[in-house]
Amino acid sequence: MAKITFITSDKETIIVEGTSGSVMQLAVDNNVQGIDGDCGGVCSCATCHVHVAPEHVEKTGKASEIEQDMLELDDNVSEYSRLCCQLEISDQLDGVVLTVAK
Amino acid sequence: MTENSTKIKVCIVIGASHAGVNFAFSLRKEGWEGAIILFDKDPTLPYHRPPLSKAYLTSNDTIEKNALKSLESYEKSNITLNLGVSVNSINRSEKNIILGNGTIQAYDTLVIATGARPIIPPIKGIDTANTMYPLRTAKDVDDIRTAFNKSIDKRVVVIGGGYIGLETAASLKKMGGKVTILEREERVLARVTAPEMSHFFQRLHTQNGVDVFTNKNVTGIDTQDGVHTIRCSDDSVYEADIIIVGVGVHVNTELATQAALDIKNGIQVDTTARTNDQDIYAIGDCTFHYNPHYDQFIRLESVQNAVDQAKVAAMAICDKNPIYDAIPWFWSDQYDIKLQMVGLSTGYTDTLIRKEEGENTKFSLWYFNGDTLLAVDAVNNAKAYVLGTKFIKENKKIDKAKLVDPSVPFKPVNLLVD
Repeated sequence: MAKITFITSDKETIIVEGTSGSVMQLAVDNNVQGIDGDCGGVCSCATCHVHVAPEHVEKTGKASEIEQDMLELDDNVSEYSRLCCQLEISDQLDGVVLTVAK
Repeated sequence: MTENSTKIKVCIVIGASHAGVNFAFSLRKEGWEGAIILFDKDPTLPYHRPPLSKAYLTSNDTIEKNALKSLESYEKSNITLNLGVSVNSINRSEKNIILGNGTIQAYDTLVIATGARPIIPPIKGIDTANTMYPLRTAKDVDDIRTAFNKSIDKRVVVIGGGYIGLETAASLKKMGGKVTILEREERVLARVTAPEMSHFFQRLHTQNGVDVFTNKNVTGIDTQDGVHTIRCSDDSVYEADIIIVGVGVHVNTELATQAALDIKNGIQVDTTARTNDQDIYAIGDCTFHYNPHYDQFIRLESVQNAVDQAKVAAMAICDKNPIYDAIPWFWSDQYDIKLQMVGLSTGYTDTLIRKEEGENTKFSLWYFNGDTLLAVDAVNNAKAYVLGTKFIKENKKIDKAKLVDPSVPFKPVNLLVD
């Protein structure tokens, strides 16, 4: 079980709990604005871009090579960027705060 | 929304897949306050289709894991989902639709998102081949999995070497099948890629133990004791326990045709996804629409088109004056290969291959019409895909010599003509 906090570009804070699946799917299921997940979670569309709170990067790890490549030309990219379809929900993610990039 | 409040209005959507479902949620987001009612004859909670031939086929997942939205999401957004319900006709003069059970449902705005259905080619004996499946719906895949698990020999013949056929072949091979692909053209993916890409994928499948035969025109199927004998026009014969058919789609235009909407290669819509009836829109695979970037009318079978056109229609209905001008993109996953495509290669005059130093399965194919970049197919190379997307969108001129030189780092500043 992990409690995950999303902060949207409208500054709305959505706190949800998940047990399995990807963080993207959790966000879509809870209508988090700005997380579309159009490709269904195979790292093909970059519509699930979030910034991990710097103090929580230990929980999520850094972006993989394909995530970095997909975000290479994104104006909003930062060292805390992740595509959240690549984040599997587990106890390790409990308490993480993610700011939606768009 | 100005003087015309949408509070008491009704928007009906026929078809609840990628286009219809994304439209419904977008319409709510854009401020529509009235009813939003979705109809689909598929009884399953709407799901992602791309995984069907890939991760869903090879897993034991239930389809709910691939749902586009959770059931609660529809309730939260006050979207009414009518599944397992067919629509018989559209009555434009009365502004209503008639359902399969005869019920009449009135609309203020109607959205047609009927998609397409697999072509079952008129091959002699195909109608009596009991374990023959197209691959479009969750039920198709459930049926394939069941037949595959029951089969002892697990010999599969895939008729058609397009993306569906190739992805399904890769998945069934991974599951332990003995898989043969029969393609009618002289190369796989002939309709959608350049020869270099076709040859790459043909080799990929061969290396993974799938037999790929081209120039194979299937003329007949004999089924006896659960074994299919598949005959081709060159008298070659293949045996299979399961047949997969992936030879393209028919667009579901019947409702629109019967309602006398303009039809070309699909339901004709303008850049706001509106048909020739001002209260009827059409979105997704079923539409024939104008693409401003390529200055041509096109029909696309893709998630991108379904989702983006859905958003455009929702904005248009809420008076936000959008224009649909997306650059099309697609993807395909086979074995450990990730193919990402952007743009439309129609009318290309030449192609260039960019290889990456020290990498055998990481490259990209760039399609040009003279100096104009039309499209990019990127294999295990997301960087090429995003660069290509940017260059196409911004009509950038590319230094072709630098593009194909792997020692030139893959950065926009290095590859553009000043």
